[in-house]
Amino acid sequence: MDILQILLSESFWSASIRIATPLIFGVLGALICEKSGVLNLGIEGIFVAGAMVGWMAVWLGAGLWGGVLAAALAGAFFGFLHGILTVPLGLSQHVSGLGITLFATSVSYFSYRTALPTVSSPPRITPFRPLDIPILSDLPFIGPILFQQTALTFLALFCVAVVWYIFNKTALGVALKAVGDNPNSVDAQGLSVYSLRIGAVMAGSALMALGGAFLTMSAFDAFFFGMVNGRGWICIALVIFASWRPGKALLGAVLFGAFDALQVRLQTEVGASVPSQVFLAAPYVLSIFALVIAARSADYPRALLTPWFKGQR
Amino acid sequence: MHPDKILALKGLSKTFGTIAANCDVDLDLHRGEILALLGENGAGKTTLMNMLFGHYMPDAGQIEVADANQRFLPLTLGHPQAAIAAGIGMVHQHFTLAENLDAVDNIMLGAERLTLLPRKRVAAEKKIRAIMAESGLTAPLDVAVGKLTVGERQRVEILKALYRDVKILVLDEPTAVLTPQEADTLFENIRAMAQNGLSVIFISHKLREVLAFSHRITVLRHGKNAGEIKTDQADEQQIARLMVGAETPSHTRETQANGPAILRFKGVSVQGRARRDSLQNVDLTVFSGEILGIAGVSGNGQTALAGVISGMLSVESGEVLIEDQPLLDITPAAMISRGVGRIPEDRHRDGIVGSMSVAENMVIEQLDDPTIQQNGLLRRDAIRDYAETLSSEYDVRGPGAQASARLLSGGNIQKLILARVFDRSPKLILANQPTRGLDMGAASEVARRLLEARGRGAGIVLISEDLDEILKLSDRILVVHDGAFSTAKTRDRAQLGLMMAGQAA
Amino acid sequence: MIRIEARDSASSFMKLGIPVLSACVALLLAAIPLMFAGAPVGASYVQMFMGVFGSKFAFSEMLTRATPLIFTGLAAALAFRAKLWNIGAEGQLYLGALAAAAIGTGVLDISGLLLIPVIILCGCAAGAFGMAVPAALKIRFGADEVVTTLLLNFIILIFLQYMLEGPLKDPMGLGWPQTAPILDQGMLPPLMERMRIHYGFVIALICAAVAQFMLLRSVWGFKLRAVGENRNAAGHAGIPVNRSLLTAAAISGALAGLAGVSEVAGLKGYLTADLSPGFGYTGIVVAMLAGLSPGGVVVSALFIASVFVGADSMSRAMGVSSYLADLVVATALLCVLVGGFVARYRFVRVRRQLERR
Repeated sequence: MDILQILLSESFWSASIRIATPLIFGVLGALICEKSGVLNLGIEGIFVAGAMVGWMAVWLGAGLWGGVLAAALAGAFFGFLHGILTVPLGLSQHVSGLGITLFATSVSYFSYRTALPTVSSPPRITPFRPLDIPILSDLPFIGPILFQQTALTFLALFCVAVVWYIFNKTALGVALKAVGDNPNSVDAQGLSVYSLRIGAVMAGSALMALGGAFLTMSAFDAFFFGMVNGRGWICIALVIFASWRPGKALLGAVLFGAFDALQVRLQTEVGASVPSQVFLAAPYVLSIFALVIAARSADYPRALLTPWFKGQR
Repeated sequence: MHPDKILALKGLSKTFGTIAANCDVDLDLHRGEILALLGENGAGKTTLMNMLFGHYMPDAGQIEVADANQRFLPLTLGHPQAAIAAGIGMVHQHFTLAENLDAVDNIMLGAERLTLLPRKRVAAEKKIRAIMAESGLTAPLDVAVGKLTVGERQRVEILKALYRDVKILVLDEPTAVLTPQEADTLFENIRAMAQNGLSVIFISHKLREVLAFSHRITVLRHGKNAGEIKTDQADEQQIARLMVGAETPSHTRETQANGPAILRFKGVSVQGRARRDSLQNVDLTVFSGEILGIAGVSGNGQTALAGVISGMLSVESGEVLIEDQPLLDITPAAMISRGVGRIPEDRHRDGIVGSMSVAENMVIEQLDDPTIQQNGLLRRDAIRDYAETLSSEYDVRGPGAQASARLLSGGNIQKLILARVFDRSPKLILANQPTRGLDMGAASEVARRLLEARGRGAGIVLISEDLDEILKLSDRILVVHDGAFSTAKTRDRAQLGLMMAGQAA
Repeated sequence: MIRIEARDSASSFMKLGIPVLSACVALLLAAIPLMFAGAPVGASYVQMFMGVFGSKFAFSEMLTRATPLIFTGLAAALAFRAKLWNIGAEGQLYLGALAAAAIGTGVLDISGLLLIPVIILCGCAAGAFGMAVPAALKIRFGADEVVTTLLLNFIILIFLQYMLEGPLKDPMGLGWPQTAPILDQGMLPPLMERMRIHYGFVIALICAAVAQFMLLRSVWGFKLRAVGENRNAAGHAGIPVNRSLLTAAAISGALAGLAGVSEVAGLKGYLTADLSPGFGYTGIVVAMLAGLSPGGVVVSALFIASVFVGADSMSRAMGVSSYLADLVVATALLCVLVGGFVARYRFVRVRRQLERR
C-alpha cells in the first residue's frame, strides 16, 4: 500500500479520529483556561488523573458513564486547586501548573499502586465499544470513520460545538473573552474576575480529564504508568496552533491524529530502512514546529499569565 | 440652582499600607450638577471615586444615594455591581475595555445575565444607536475596540455608562488624552446631558477646564478636603492656593542661544503596526542648549520617536546622528555610551527593576564602569557609597539605598531616574512624559533639573501630553499627529490644538 | 474584614523559614497517604528516617542520590532566575550522558587526567546545546520555552533509544539496549571505599558555590537577575537581554548535562534508558524549594534525596508504594508556592469605623 492508498482508506481516517479524541478534549480544555487568562500546565497530570480515576471508578462498579463523571470531577478538583493558586493568590502560573502535574500524577500513581498491587499484567475493564447507529454507521466511507466511533469520541465532537457556541453566542462567552483580554473591563462592569477565571479553569480541567479517561476507557482498557506520554504538552502546543479557536482546535487535533496514524502505517511499510524512532519522534517534532510558526499570533489572550488583584489599580 | 442632593459621601478614609490616600473626605453632588473634583496628582481624587464605584472598600465612612423620591439610601460599599445598580457609572482614566471585542460587546458586558442562552445582541445594538443619536457621542460599533482611536474608545466608555441608565456619571481625567478641541466637544455633550438631568463628577488637575466647565468645585489636598466653591465665585489664584497650599516655586525659562546640533534625524523611517506607531521619513534636529517640545495627544507617534532615541527601536532607513557622528547600531547601550540620557514614559516597566535595590537601580546603566566593577565582580562598597551620595544630592527619599526600588513613591522613583541620568552629564536628554503622575512639588523639581541641564548645554527632547508644560519649558515646539511631525509656528493654544488633531491649515 | 497587603520586604527569617516549613508540612502530610495505604504511620516515618540516617552506607546513598539533584537543581535555579523556564533538564541530562558514553567508552584512549575533563566538557556542551535551541526559538520566534523544552525531552528520549539499540549499543552486552562501559580511567573516582558516592558530589558542590558567588557578586549575575526580574527595564538600561538569556540557557543546560555525566561516569559506568528516574523534573522542585538560590539548592537536594532514599527503604519494609516520595515532593512544591505568597503578603484585619470622628 502506498501513501495515497493509506490516505484514502477508511481504517486510516477512522484511526485518525480515534487518536485525535483525547487531544480534542485536551485542546478544548486548555483553550478555555487560556482564553480566560490562565495557563494550565497541570494538563499532563490531569490527563493521568482522569485516566486513573475514570478507570478506577469503572473497576469499582460505577459503570462507564459513572467513570466519565468521576474523571471530570477529578479534573475539576485539580483545576480548582490550580485556580485558587493562580487567580486570587496570583502565584506563578508556570510553577503552579507544573506543581499540579507532579501532584496529580503522583497521587494517581500512588493510589493505583496502593489499591492494586503489582501483577504481571494490569487488570482490565470493559471499555466503550464502537457505536452501531442504524443507517448512519452503514454509510460507505463516512460510516466507519465518523459513526462507528465510541461514545466518548462523539462527546468530544459535541464538546467542540458546545465550546464554540458558548464563546460566540452567549453572554458568558463574551465575559470569558473579556476577562482574558482585560480583567479590569469585566470588573468595571460588576462581574467577578475571580469567579469567571476559576470557573473557566475548572471547566477546562474537567475536559482535560476526559482526555485522559478516553485512554483507559476507550482506546485501551487498562491503566499503564506512563501512558499519557506527553499528550498534555502536545495539547498546549496545539492550542497556540489553533489560535484559541475551537474549530481550528478540532482541525489541529485531527491533523495530528492523522499524522500519528500515518506514521504507524508507514512504519510497517518502510520497515528497516528508516529507524522506527523517527516515526515515534515525529509527533513531538511536529508540535514544536506548529508552536514556532504560530507563536506570534494576534489572537493571543492579552491578559494571559498576568495575575489580577481586586482593589489594586 | 441645583437644589436636590443626589449623592452624599461622608467621612471616607482609605489607607494603603502606610500611605493615607484619603482621610475623612466629604463630598456632595446635586441633580443636574457638574461637579469638578480638583487636586494635584496624588491628592486622592481617583481613590475617592474608586471607593464610590466600589473598586476599593473604604476603611471608614459611608455613601448615600437618593432615589427617585429623594429618599437617601446607603450604598453597599466595595462592590461595583451595587454602584451600577444605584445608577452610578464611571469612566476610568485607564480604559476598561476588552480590545478583542467590539463596542457592542463591551457595552453589553455585565448588562446581561451570564446564562447559556443566546444573547440579545440585535436589541442591544438598537438601544445603543438610540443613545448615540441622543447624546451626540458616536463610535464605530462593529470594529474590535483595539482598532479604535483613543477618542473613540473614550466615547465607548461613556456609552457603556449611558447604556446602564446612569444617573451619576464620574469621569476620571477625561481630557488627558484629547486635543483641546475634542475636550471642548466632550464638555458640550456633558453639559447637554446635565441639562437633561444627569449629574456629573469629573476629576481633573487642570485649573483651566475646571473653571470653564463646572458648576461647583471640590478641592482635595493630600487626601483631605481643602475647600469647596461655586465656580462662578472662584478665581484661578484662589483655587490654586487651595490645591497646593503653599506657593510652588515656578521656574522660568530664560532665553538663551543654542549651540551646535546634538541630534539629527535624516529621513528616518520606522515601521510600526499602525501609522501612528511609525516614523515616515522624519527629519529632525535638536540643538545643544535647547528644549525641543513634542506636543500631541499620546499615541500619535511619540512612542516611535522615543523608541529610536532611547535605542529600543532600530530604524529601517535613514540616519541618526549624534554630534554629527552617525549611529551604526541603534541599541540602548550605544545610546548610553554616546551620552544620551533617557527618562522613560513608563517608570515601572522601563525605568526600574522593582525588586532590585535603589543602589542597584542607580548603577544599572553603567555596569562596565571601572568604578562599579573590577574584573567582572561588583564593587559593592563603591556602589553603596555612590548610591548614598546620589540619593542625598537628588533628594531620593525612601527606606534607604539597599531597599527595593518598588517601595519608593512615584515621585521618588522619578528622582532616582533623574539622578541616574543627570549624574552622567548627558549631552542629549529624552524626557518622555517626565511629570506624569507627579505632584506639583515633584513636577517642579523635574522642570528645574531640565532647565538646569539646558543651561549647561544639553539638548533636550521633551515629550508631554500636557500642553501647558510644553509651552512653559520648550524653546521650540513640534506637534505630532498620526505619525507626522509639523513645526509649530505659533504658541497659541487653539492653533496648537488644531495641529494636535491634524486639522491645521 | 480581612485585607491582603504587600509586605515591605520578606525578612530573611521568612525567606529561610518558608522552604523549611514547606518541607516539614509536606513530610507531615505524607501521613495521609500512609494511612490510606493502611501502613502504621509512626513506624513508617521511623523506617524513612533510618533509611537515610541509619547507617553510613545509607547516608552515603543519600548523598549519591543528591548529586544529580544538585546539578539539575542548579540548572533550574539559574534558568528560572532569568525567567527562562527550563523544563528540559531531563533531556539535557540524557544528552550529557550520551556525550559521556560516546566519548568515554573507547573512542579516545588517553589518560584519565585528560579523559575525565574531556568527558565533562563534552557532556556540558551537549547539555548546553539542548537548552540553547529552545532558547533561540524563544528569542527568534517567541516560541514558549516551557512547551518546547518539554517536547524536546520526549524527542531526546526517543533518540536515546535509537542510540542504545544502534550506534552506541554494547557489542558485549548480550543484546540489552545499553552502551559499553566507560573506560576505567574515564570514571570519576569514588569518594569513600565500598560506597557508591563519587567525585561527582564534589564537583556538584563546587558548581553550587561558584554559581552562588557569580550570581550575587559578578556583573554577569547582576545582568542575569535584572533580565529575569524586569526584562524591559534591563533592556532599556543597556543590558544585552538576548545574550544574557542565551548564556543563561547554555549554562543551565550544561549543568543538567553534568548530571548525566555524573550518573554515567560516576555511578553506573554505562548508559541505559532508565538512567534517570526523573531527576530533571525533580530538579525543578529542588530549585523552587531553595528559593532559586544556588547555595540553597544543595540543602534542598539533600532533603529531597533523603525523601526518596528514605521512602525507598520504607517501601521495601512496609509494602507501601514508593510513589509516596513523588507525592511528598509534589506537595512540598505546592507548599513552597503558597508559602511564597505568605511571605510576600500579610493579612490585615481592618475594623471598619462606622462612626465619624
